[in-house]
Amino acid sequence: MQLGFLVDLHLCMGCKGCEIACKVENEVPLSTWRLRVKYVDVGTYPETKRTFTPLRCNHCENAPCERICPVSALHYIENGIVNIDKERCIGCAGCVMACPYGAIYIDPETQTADKCTYCAHRIASSMMPACVVACPVEANIFGDLDDPTSNISRYIQDNRDVQVRKPEKGTNPHHYYVGASQVNLNPLASEREEGYNLFNNITKLPLGGHH
Amino acid sequence: MVHETLAATNAVVTLDVAIPDVFWGWYVTMNMWAKSIGTGLVFMLFLLLRRNPEEMKGLRLSAMIVSFIMMNIFLLFTLADLHQPFRMWHIFFYPHWTSAITVGAWMASIFVALESLMIVVMLFKKDTVTYDKLLFWTTILAIPVTLYTAGIMAEATARELWQMPTEAAQMILAATLSGSAAIILLGGSKLSDDTKDFFGTILGLSALMAFIIYMSEYIFGAMKAEEVAAILHYVKGDGEYATMFWIGQWVAYILPMLLVALARVSKSSAILNLAAILAIVGLWVVKHVWLIIPQLLPLS
Repeated sequence: MQLGFLVDLHLCMGCKGCEIACKVENEVPLSTWRLRVKYVDVGTYPETKRTFTPLRCNHCENAPCERICPVSALHYIENGIVNIDKERCIGCAGCVMACPYGAIYIDPETQTADKCTYCAHRIASSMMPACVVACPVEANIFGDLDDPTSNISRYIQDNRDVQVRKPEKGTNPHHYYVGASQVNLNPLASEREEGYNLFNNITKLPLGGHH
Repeated sequence: MVHETLAATNAVVTLDVAIPDVFWGWYVTMNMWAKSIGTGLVFMLFLLLRRNPEEMKGLRLSAMIVSFIMMNIFLLFTLADLHQPFRMWHIFFYPHWTSAITVGAWMASIFVALESLMIVVMLFKKDTVTYDKLLFWTTILAIPVTLYTAGIMAEATARELWQMPTEAAQMILAATLSGSAAIILLGGSKLSDDTKDFFGTILGLSALMAFIIYMSEYIFGAMKAEEVAAILHYVKGDGEYATMFWIGQWVAYILPMLLVALARVSKSSAILNLAAILAIVGLWVVKHVWLIIPQLLPLS
């Protein structure tokens, strides 16, 4: 079994329900996110549109975070999930430096690395991840990539524009997008201008650590 | 290439709470800088032993103690950089051997143990024969110890700027640069003019080669990879780290090269010492800039 995620961006409306469900389910501390939805505005007024891209750990088959972790705190479990043992983590931030998707953060409460685990604890109880349950438009498709009859496999078969983020990194992500453009997937395809963020004055805790 | 599409798409990120802050800051710079001096001194002691053993007399103990201190500074900052420093022992009890961090921690620990042994041998027994035998093995071990940080940087998949084998070359050159500088300063009048010239040459050539590599990346890096181009913007033009980058290049490489040449012509130890001091100070700046800039690029 290899569990994977697919987000149909045609359906996503940026409600952030998944983000909040994840926060609540996993008790994610303030200023940190296991899953977040990126907004990118495209075009020039009045011809503008807003795109939404949920971003989470890609649970790579060839995970750089797992490889660089000095104590195997980040490890694979049998269903393909890259899980984290927070009791073992030494907080070296090697995984933060290695993850090309910026999906790992240092939990300010435990001072250990943390990230999306595809809600491994829920899956162990035969439940869907919290973000899948919360999505009002079923934009999150979750299932077994090894099973050709699973929802996710059929979705991949039926759609020709299935993409992953940063395929050139050779990480083989188990997280796919349908209906994505470069603006959604490539951080260099959009500008980040001071003063143009919806939360300009957002308060950030010093997550970079103690120095 | 996607940034060329920006003019057409006018795409602007309006909401993304990406992970903020630089995670590997100046603690890691201290780590790399101190390790370069610590391992570099061992390389230079070994070269001195092969080249002119009688000049080792006053340096066996003093140079090894300085190297030992620098290695302990390196270990201290490594430990301090951990968010859970009291779990450091996990590296030894739950080692994950695909990680350059694990391999490095083990090798550095053995290296420091060997250095301790050499200090004990000299301090209490004045046994130069055993010391010199141990120096051979310590020098062999110093090579991977100084290189392993390059391995960590190479494993940091997200940071396109840090490539192998470039980082490995820079780590070795940092060791020979700072090691030769340190032994010139430590040796003082104990070293003959000929030996000073020799270490001055190592200093000058290390500076030249490191500078060539940095300039190669600076000029050509952007031509192969879009992410590298984006990162190098931080050290070009009015980039956030452009001034610091050039201060580092001048202080660590350009000025020491010129001063080493001047010292040879004028046979001046004072000028050579100045070159050595500048190289050691400048190396910190150079390492810091190269460590920080890839972390400024948004990953999402």
